[in-house]
Amino acid sequence: MSKGRFGIYGGQYIPETLMNAVIELEEAYNHFKNDPKFKAELDSLLKNYAGRPSMLYFAEKVTNDLGGGKIYLKREDLNHTGSHKINNVLGQVLLAKYMGKTRVIAETGAGQHGVATATAAALLGLKCEIFMGMEDTQRQALNVFRMKLLGAKVNVVTSGTQTLKDAVNETLREWSRRVEDTHYVLGSVMGPHPFPTIVRDFQKVIGQEVKKQILEIEGKLPDVLIACIGGGSNAIGLFYEFIEEPNVRLIGCEAGGHGIHTNKTAATMTVGKVGIFHGMKSYFCQDEYGQIAPVYSISAGLDYPGVGPEHAYLHDIGRAEYVAVTDNEAVEAFEYLSSMEGIIPAIESAHAVAYAVKLAPKLNKDQVIVVGLSGRGDKDVASIARYQGVEIYE
Amino acid sequence: MNKLHKAFTNGKAFIPFITAGDPSLDVTKELVLEMANAGADLIELGIPFSDPVAEGQVIQAASIRALSHGITVDHIFKMLRDIRKICNTPIALMTYVNPIFAYGTERFLRNCQETGVDALIVADLPFEEKDELMPFCLKHGVYLISMIAPTSNNRIHIIAREAQGFVYCVSSMGVTGVRKNISSDAEQMVKIVKEVNGIPCAVGFGISTPEQAARMAKFADGVIVGSAIVKIIEEYGPQCVPHVIEYVSTMKNAVTKG
Ligand SMILES: Cc1ncc(COP(=O)(O)O)c(C=O)c1O
Repeated sequence: MSKGRFGIYGGQYIPETLMNAVIELEEAYNHFKNDPKFKAELDSLLKNYAGRPSMLYFAEKVTNDLGGGKIYLKREDLNHTGSHKINNVLGQVLLAKYMGKTRVIAETGAGQHGVATATAAALLGLKCEIFMGMEDTQRQALNVFRMKLLGAKVNVVTSGTQTLKDAVNETLREWSRRVEDTHYVLGSVMGPHPFPTIVRDFQKVIGQEVKKQILEIEGKLPDVLIACIGGGSNAIGLFYEFIEEPNVRLIGCEAGGHGIHTNKTAATMTVGKVGIFHGMKSYFCQDEYGQIAPVYSISAGLDYPGVGPEHAYLHDIGRAEYVAVTDNEAVEAFEYLSSMEGIIPAIESAHAVAYAVKLAPKLNKDQVIVVGLSGRGDKDVASIARYQGVEIYE
Repeated sequence: MNKLHKAFTNGKAFIPFITAGDPSLDVTKELVLEMANAGADLIELGIPFSDPVAEGQVIQAASIRALSHGITVDHIFKMLRDIRKICNTPIALMTYVNPIFAYGTERFLRNCQETGVDALIVADLPFEEKDELMPFCLKHGVYLISMIAPTSNNRIHIIAREAQGFVYCVSSMGVTGVRKNISSDAEQMVKIVKEVNGIPCAVGFGISTPEQAARMAKFADGVIVGSAIVKIIEEYGPQCVPHVIEYVSTMKNAVTKG
């Protein structure tokens, strides 16, 4: 079987025009990941620029209110640019620079990955172009302007469903036009090998920090880890350090949209089937003829019809559980965390919070839940207002 | 019996591409039959896919038109059965790996064999992943076509050595679409393939004019044209057949003289 497999999942299902680029990327990554200079530079960026380590915060009011397990929040929302995306992006853009590339391109859904990529490109002096579905440019208009401020060109994608999947299509097309000077900064643990591995390696710092922090605070490992899943990068980042710890439950929260029994959902592992798309074998929302299904979620960052191959594998071997959280539940959790703790979570992260709120009362008081708070919710305030029927003018 | 070799026995081959179901399967059938009469040596028939990442806007739009009429793989196999009753021109299906995988790879290739499909071109299945389909293709006597690109460099040898049927030389970077300038690398690619494998080489991606086709035919065994034809179909819709046929005749002439 080909490279980059997690069980049967993963692989490199891409046009021949891109094969040399991913091979070159894999070689460069394997070389530089052990290069002392690269490592030192990345560590310094993560610490001094992104603000790592991120805090592990005990949500005491929420814990007392729910009356069960202790809830900790891993505060990726406090990173520079406001989400976990910066971890991956600093790694990849630095790698691109070491590879001698002068230009980066990226897809974005919520705009967080686009903003992070534009930020890293500005800092490290690379040209940057972002591809974003038309629908997402409308629901995340502020992030579009933010990317432009950072010096990136934003290409509005009008093909297909005009959301994240189409932004990925368009970025792949652009990459195949221009591979010589350009690196594609993929935003999640998806796509062809080596991306699922590279992105996971750059995100696994989340779980590594959690392990250290929780051992210091609680003197034991957490009982449950909960994270939201779009492509699955913040989730695998949180989970990875704990995969070999069988007593730690791993729960991924997919976007249920209007509900898994409607066709307005993005809960890939719950309603999807195994398929091959965007370079990887994994689970995809699709019809019986393998046409990729239009998906829906209130959250632009989770509105993706696939999931990273390592999650598909963890799902099949039963190591991680995957649940669907609806728009309504996520919005409720968004409001709940905001009013209880004074922390406005990204609507993506609110999916994980929602499941923690459900689960906590069923746990004992000495059990510990760590929720991956993957991002901050400033970008979502306007769309939550719209959801509630409130018109605000940005 | 596989008929692919016949495509390269009538001088330089002209290989038109159309998307099945655009503008309708009836027109597709007529196009296949008429293009065969007009001199097409191998007909490449696209199975529409929702997310054709190797395709430019023209063929993307054709896929969307076909899918919006509810065209499925089953409809296409049914049409192929009808075509095979009266036409023996070699046919290659071009698609992406997911529609094959979702249909069931064994079932898909069994249907290919039964409907006289001679070859399969899968845009997102590179050399490294060909085991996904190859065992089934071998079992059912359908060639799985290898593609090489301007960036393939030292991969060309590896790919060419195991290639069967013909090699699809991608003549420009990027996605399908009509281009003014076709890179001169194509000739070099063909040369490298021939060093290790005497297999026919067809060049495609970006070719639209008779002059370009003639130039490619000087060194290649066949010329593949997609977007230029799909554009005619887009322009004339259900009335496209005579326009396409005129174009195909001109192009076959051009490659023959080339
Ligand atoms: C804050 C936040 N969390 C989560 C995600 C989902 O991505 P992933 O599953 O790769 O973590 C996104 C994507 O845009 C995001 O912005």
